[in-house]
Amino acid sequence: MKWVRVCRMEDILPGLGVCALVEGRQVAIFRVGQRLFALSNFDPFTRANVLSRGLVGSKGERLYVASPLLKHRFDLESGEYLDDPSVRVPVYAVKLEEGDVWVGVPVSEAAKVGT
Amino acid sequence: MLRRIVVVGNGMVGHKFLETLRSRTSDYELTVIAEEPCLAYDRVRLSAFFEQPRPDLSLGTYQQYQAWGVRVINAKATGIDRERRVVQAEDLEVGYDILVLATGSYPFVPPIEGRDLQGCFTYRTLEDLTRIEAWARHSRKGVVIGGGLLGLEAAGALLKLGLETHVVELASHLMPLQLDELGGRLLRRKLEAMGIGVHVSKSTQRIEARGDRVAALRFADGSSLEADLVIFSAGIRPRDELARQSGLKVGERGGIVIDEHCRTSDPHIYAIGECALYQGRIYGLVAPGYEMARVLAEHLTGGERTFSGADLSTKLKLLGVEVGSFGDAFAQTPGAREVLYSDFGKGVYKKLVLSEEGRRLLGGILVGDASDYANLHNLTLNAVELDNPEHLLIPPVEGRAMRASLPMTARVCSCENVTKGAICEAIRSGCRDIASLKKATRAGTGCGGCVAMMGDVLKEELLRLGEKVSDHLCEHFPYSRRELFDIVRVRGYKTFEALLRDYGKGYGCEVCKPAVASILASLYNEHVLEEAHVPLQDTNDRFLANMQRDGTYSVVPRIPGGEITPDKLIAIGQVAKKYGLYTKITGGQRVDLFGARLEQLPHIWADLIAAGFESGHAYGKALRTVKSCVGDTWCRYGVQDSVGLAIRLENRYKGLRAPHKIKMAVSGCTRECAEAQSKDVGVIATERGWNLYVCGNGGMKPRHADLLAADLDEETLVRYIDRFLMFYIRTADRLQRTSVWLEKLEGGLEYLREVIVEDKLGLAAELEAQMAHHIQTYRCEWKATLESPEKLKHFRHFINSDAPDDNIVMVEQRGQHRPAYDFERETLPLPLATGVKP
Repeated sequence: MKWVRVCRMEDILPGLGVCALVEGRQVAIFRVGQRLFALSNFDPFTRANVLSRGLVGSKGERLYVASPLLKHRFDLESGEYLDDPSVRVPVYAVKLEEGDVWVGVPVSEAAKVGT
Repeated sequence: MLRRIVVVGNGMVGHKFLETLRSRTSDYELTVIAEEPCLAYDRVRLSAFFEQPRPDLSLGTYQQYQAWGVRVINAKATGIDRERRVVQAEDLEVGYDILVLATGSYPFVPPIEGRDLQGCFTYRTLEDLTRIEAWARHSRKGVVIGGGLLGLEAAGALLKLGLETHVVELASHLMPLQLDELGGRLLRRKLEAMGIGVHVSKSTQRIEARGDRVAALRFADGSSLEADLVIFSAGIRPRDELARQSGLKVGERGGIVIDEHCRTSDPHIYAIGECALYQGRIYGLVAPGYEMARVLAEHLTGGERTFSGADLSTKLKLLGVEVGSFGDAFAQTPGAREVLYSDFGKGVYKKLVLSEEGRRLLGGILVGDASDYANLHNLTLNAVELDNPEHLLIPPVEGRAMRASLPMTARVCSCENVTKGAICEAIRSGCRDIASLKKATRAGTGCGGCVAMMGDVLKEELLRLGEKVSDHLCEHFPYSRRELFDIVRVRGYKTFEALLRDYGKGYGCEVCKPAVASILASLYNEHVLEEAHVPLQDTNDRFLANMQRDGTYSVVPRIPGGEITPDKLIAIGQVAKKYGLYTKITGGQRVDLFGARLEQLPHIWADLIAAGFESGHAYGKALRTVKSCVGDTWCRYGVQDSVGLAIRLENRYKGLRAPHKIKMAVSGCTRECAEAQSKDVGVIATERGWNLYVCGNGGMKPRHADLLAADLDEETLVRYIDRFLMFYIRTADRLQRTSVWLEKLEGGLEYLREVIVEDKLGLAAELEAQMAHHIQTYRCEWKATLESPEKLKHFRHFINSDAPDDNIVMVEQRGQHRPAYDFERETLPLPLATGVKP
């Protein structure tokens, strides 16, 4: 796991997401209150890098982001597509340290999201 | 170790097998060998390839396959070693425990002279279509050999490509497998009326050449037909070559012999779809193929389902003509009686085949109007006893044809094999709309032809359950939009958070957040990107632009009334050129600029504002445009200045947010060139003033607007529009256009007139004051955004880099740029499907 500092906490408004470039990957980071979540920015249904621009919602206890294109919903914690758990987007480790937001990505695979 | 299943072929049936198997078990290790360079796509809708915008036909994505744990090998399978249980795929060897052949079929090309000339094609794969499209650019006249179902699809494609189109059929009429002589004749008439040349009873003897290219078809009767492009559509043949080479049992005329479990003569090898032969028969339709896929998936997971043949009924729309053929369409049952209804003038032909005693429906043919297909097909499948079956053709009294309530065993969706009972079961366990029914039962997810019927079943069942459908906005607010609007207005809520705290629960969602954002904007008109509001905004409002399918945006500056100076027109052109944007004239008399990346939007708007433009709110559920004809400014028929009024109205209501978008138009005379009667608010000039029409709609469900008041002076007209718009904003449901709103409004148009014109509710002054507030507080949203560093922060793709999104790939088309389709990208991106949360 490699940790990369991406921005300050105050750069992300509560309830919104931002996209960070981390070791060649596009990572969508969401802030809900003081909690942070990180998942791939790539919407597998529309094949566009847009998840960070989606609306954050809740279904029961689960928090999710609804893709801005066709509103497919992905669980913020597991990356699971809510309507079919066999589809998942990658999730990443994320932490807050002295006001800085850090994202952790696996080091072994150099795979890159997008072309 | 997991047992290994290798599937050869990734067409619709191969895909369905993987999907069904994975929904039942994760026990097998799965590999698919796919010959085409992409994953499974919807071959049934192949002709849609030539539509604009080009639809995405793909069924499977690499992402999904990875999530299913399916290894994809893009190669041609070249041999099977049954001893060692290995498939050869070019230079690879893939071991299997179970092998599934889903190799499909290939188009039969009759062995005639000239069949290999340049300009001869078959019609089966995306690659075929791409080549046809390229060749058609230099062709004038296209001919399809084969007037069956697929041949006519191909003819439709040639027509879409702008070619003079001909169809040649060996039999004496079109679609000989589905239609009788009379039905075929009516279909021919309809095609001829579209400009398609139909040539029946023609046996093509050879294709004549000019150099190495196609020049003409020569028929057995000595006649000929010129052609620059020829498509062979003379039937299909099973692709059984792998089975043959490896000694599996195949039919005399081809096809891999299978039993009721889809097993071939080798117990480790199965075959499904068009390559399989069951009891001497090849099934060349998708529904039986899907059934085989399901049978096999169940068989491999311990299920009992078996294949026992399939119904070959079809309903389709060919070139806009509805055609249906079901059951014993040719009356081959001993003693069967035929009942006909034929009106070539109206373009309708219907035939029912009845049992000997005349009480049961055995089959039928429908041409020109197949709206009763689902009902008739069901009555046939379920052998429903009928008193007067002929009333199905001609109802005894004015009104609808009789519609017997279907038995629970009736099959509603043939593609996915779902009965009415299964749908009712899903309704009883909580489904309340088509989307959730689709998800729960998979009904309606194939060809979609049964969706209307699903709606009927849903209504019937809900009625039976004595249920009222809830109008709550979502799980977070137990109120309708109208109730929430009143709560916000009366209690003076200014933020979503406070409203949620007092009247809702949970965190909110993509339904209630934008709905409340819209209510707040309608009432207070604060900037939608203020810190408290920005997390609520839907896709387009969030960045004040319209998101397109690749994540780029389109930009629409306001052009009030559609009137624009040459200098401003030039300025738009210059901006488009500077940023490489695709430009298109919209239906609302303005210009749309496509392909802007997120980080470009502020720069584009800085340039547009410098040239005197304002936001066009094309991104908002808000007033869009006020379209106008040129009126008495120029037109010799015009009786009023329609352009001037349109500009004044557009400037008055611009930026007004509403439950849905609002469109208006002003016509300068009764000829109505601005199409005002198809708008939410339409104004038509008279000799004495203006007529006000409301609640019209184009779009999905067109509705003619209703006349609300006649011969108004401009001041009264504007007052009525103020009241009308605000009343709509207060009382409509979320995403409800004025047309639907009026239809649901108790008391209808008469009541609306009482409220707006006669002020029956005493609301008029309040509604007008609310509008006055909106007008006073209007600011161009983009101008305000550019002045705010806080708001501008959102407009970049990466928070930590200035790089653009490298997944955005453009290709050239007709001198401009558009986003690449998946198959045009050189390598498909293969993002990781599953991640690990540490």
